[in-house]
Amino acid sequence: MKAESSSKMKSRTYDMAVIGGGAAGLAGAVKAAELGMDVVVLESGERIGGIPMQCIHPGFGNFYYGENLTGPEFSERLIEKVKLTGIKCYTHAHVEGIRHVSDTENMVSVVMPAGITQIRAKTILYAAGARERHAYEIGITGDRVSGVYTAGEAQTLMDIYGIMPGKSVVIIGSGDIGLIMARRFALEGADVKAVVEMLPYPGGLQRNVVQCLEDFGIPLLTSHMVTRIVGKKRVERVILAEVDESFRAIKNSEKEIDCDTVALAAGLVPNIGKLREADIDIDSSTKGPVVNEYMETSLPGIFVAGNALAINDYVDYAAEQGEQAAIGAHLFIEGNMPSDWKPIRKGENIRLVFPHHISGGRDVKIYARVKKPVRDAVVEFPEIDKRVRKRAVMPGEMIIVNLKKQETAGIDELTLRCADGN
Amino acid sequence: MKKSVAIIGGGIAGCAIARVLSKYDLDIHLIEKEADVGWGATKANTSIIHPGHEEDAAIHPLRAKFCVEGNRIWRKWAEEMDIPVSWPGELMIALDDGGMETLEHYLKLGEKNGVEGLEIMGREEIKKLEPNVNENAIAALWAPAAGLIEPWEACIALAENAADNGAKMHLNTEVKGIAVGDGKLRGLETNRGFMKVDVAINAAGLFADEISGMAGIDDFKICPRKGQYYLFSDDAMPKVKRIVHMTPTEKTKGVYAVTTVEGNLMLGPTAEDLDFDEKEERSTTEEGLDYIWENARKFLASLPPRNKVSKMFAGLRPEPPDGKYIIRAYESPWGFVNVAGIRSPGLTAAPSIAEYVAKLMEEKLDLRMAEKEGWNPFRKGMKRFSRLSDSEKQHLINRNPQYGNVVCMCKEVTEGEVVEAIERIRKLGAGITMDSIKFRTLAMFGECQGSFCRSRIASIISREAGIPLWQVSLKGDGTEYGIGDIKVLQRREKDEG
Repeated sequence: MKAESSSKMKSRTYDMAVIGGGAAGLAGAVKAAELGMDVVVLESGERIGGIPMQCIHPGFGNFYYGENLTGPEFSERLIEKVKLTGIKCYTHAHVEGIRHVSDTENMVSVVMPAGITQIRAKTILYAAGARERHAYEIGITGDRVSGVYTAGEAQTLMDIYGIMPGKSVVIIGSGDIGLIMARRFALEGADVKAVVEMLPYPGGLQRNVVQCLEDFGIPLLTSHMVTRIVGKKRVERVILAEVDESFRAIKNSEKEIDCDTVALAAGLVPNIGKLREADIDIDSSTKGPVVNEYMETSLPGIFVAGNALAINDYVDYAAEQGEQAAIGAHLFIEGNMPSDWKPIRKGENIRLVFPHHISGGRDVKIYARVKKPVRDAVVEFPEIDKRVRKRAVMPGEMIIVNLKKQETAGIDELTLRCADGN
Repeated sequence: MKKSVAIIGGGIAGCAIARVLSKYDLDIHLIEKEADVGWGATKANTSIIHPGHEEDAAIHPLRAKFCVEGNRIWRKWAEEMDIPVSWPGELMIALDDGGMETLEHYLKLGEKNGVEGLEIMGREEIKKLEPNVNENAIAALWAPAAGLIEPWEACIALAENAADNGAKMHLNTEVKGIAVGDGKLRGLETNRGFMKVDVAINAAGLFADEISGMAGIDDFKICPRKGQYYLFSDDAMPKVKRIVHMTPTEKTKGVYAVTTVEGNLMLGPTAEDLDFDEKEERSTTEEGLDYIWENARKFLASLPPRNKVSKMFAGLRPEPPDGKYIIRAYESPWGFVNVAGIRSPGLTAAPSIAEYVAKLMEEKLDLRMAEKEGWNPFRKGMKRFSRLSDSEKQHLINRNPQYGNVVCMCKEVTEGEVVEAIERIRKLGAGITMDSIKFRTLAMFGECQGSFCRSRIASIISREAGIPLWQVSLKGDGTEYGIGDIKVLQRREKDEG
């Protein structure tokens, strides 16, 4: 935008600036608009819709829409609503920084092809997603050659650009992304040599292990890690080793797999660089911000949702969190945000749990992950005698506990634990 | 007729020589086998401009002289060619009495070499200069003249400046043979044909022994010495304020900790002598990296967590026999000059080596070194959008909206910068690859290591260079981004099947 409209933008105060036009951001923006708020969406990429736009497989929307959709179908529904509600969306809008001026004023510095601008907003919904872990941070040594991709990058190449990364593939990580990419490669005719997993069990949903690996005869190597990538110009092979209980390579257990492609699905990290600069509290287990039940961070009026908050199993959760954030932002602007917060603590076998604080004044959904798998598990909040029995819990599958308003009234704090039910 | 001079090797030494020789009325050709300059030993370097107190002039007179002089010349060159440098100074840390003796040894060497400002200091003073030093440090030799430079940036700057002054660049050009007749150099056989030249300067780094052998001078071998490094992400803490290392051993100056000009903590190198035929062996190893980690812990108070590592890499340094630089103009074949075995402190020494080579050509080869008119010592660096003020940013975007399209989010690199880099690469005649974009713009250098932006940058290259996206390469032939269009490949398979 030229100087004129940019100054217009400066003088305007939005009720909510949404950073990130993926599922969490769009669902939050739509909800906020439905609540009568003046919203702007800032998306760094060339279009809104987020990562589901490149996920051509089904499995999206079972919870949020009660239908099994593909990624693009899921996003298109949100995009349609964004259009209907007339929400202003800027693409190629890169957020340079966020300044929390006061509890009712935030300034977002944005770079766009139209110019640089400052957007003033009473609240912010930060929904910038996650980034993928790369080969260096997980300690893979060897040659720095072509043919090494993160799973998401390989997916972008295949399903946005229509390019085949390679023909014989080793996938590192058996989370859902790794499993789905194994199938994706196989469907395009690649020889998927193995999916390599450090844990003694698959990281992703059982459903995906069956549909993506077993149905295609792709071997899953659990308790293994890729230690080296070898090649002159392009990947020629990987060296892998068995790992012990503390995930260290066992000596003399090395073997080689010839391949020309390595796809890394070694986990996601919340993409919160700009928030970190704004000095908010971070949870070292989620690697995302500490939030209350409205997904509000330690800075009043700054909300976070989706994978920027914590890595979610389903895009549905990201969208739900975006909605909660919008409801929170609305309360905040009206001056009705609760001020008395009760902590939710991690008890036995709980690796992470969020939201980190609840008000006790309404129904709330708790998201958690266990440290270790348990069969016949009991997931419980002992303080209020709330118990949920589960046939099995796995670190790779989030535990959801819905707490009713009446269950949490009058409590000081809650502890979530997960024990063996026998 | 102007004399024609070929410089074989586009590393820091070759590029510095090209830049210095471009002052004179000569026909200069820089020949490099890779797609871009600086991709050999230069690229993987600790990036220090050494003060010169670690060179024993009694054993290595050339190394000592070039190092001290080079440190001085770089200050001028960095300004002329807009090369980012910093001058944090260096602490050589002693952990025990033996180390203490070493400090005194180097203090004396330094004073003999004319290095200014050297000082041995105790723990309290060290802490003031460098908070992140280990409690076990008993003393340190402080060398305030030490600086840092990005070696690839320096190399590109020198090449660009030389090209601006008329030097011709031949990238992706490999010397296959050297023609000699009547005791004189006649020309070079390359993969792109014969090149008739009067003088050939061999600055071929690791391969200088092979090139020299082609000219009939085969009295030395270059040994590849591997150095591995850790580079940390922008937000990895703690960093170091100074260049910090332990008292050196005979073989190596030891593991260093530096905060690079770009602001990232870097640890390394190792010093591993490889076989003569392992000149492409640049893999990192667990043992090597563990060695760096253990050694860095000896002299630093704390290190960032390992998951803040943004890259592990390794390079090969060219090690000549006895560590001695081989810089000579030969009587036979007349016209052949060796600038070989430029090991540490080669980056520091390069400007001084280049000036020495110019003198050699005048004195030993009797070339008339007439300075030409209108030589331009200046070169402007790439625009770095992220470092501009708001008004400068707005101004740039008004002129070209591509500067408002951020493609690499970690390092805030814009499409405008990528396109500018491509123009500069074209001007050098270098290959338009992802790595050549990376080294010019810093895109893909950040926290995500390109997982978000690599496809965006490849798309820009594809558009600007007019090649299919899958053919965009990481670093030249054989390193393409993909293997083809999915559906085209499938149709082909069906046809063949």
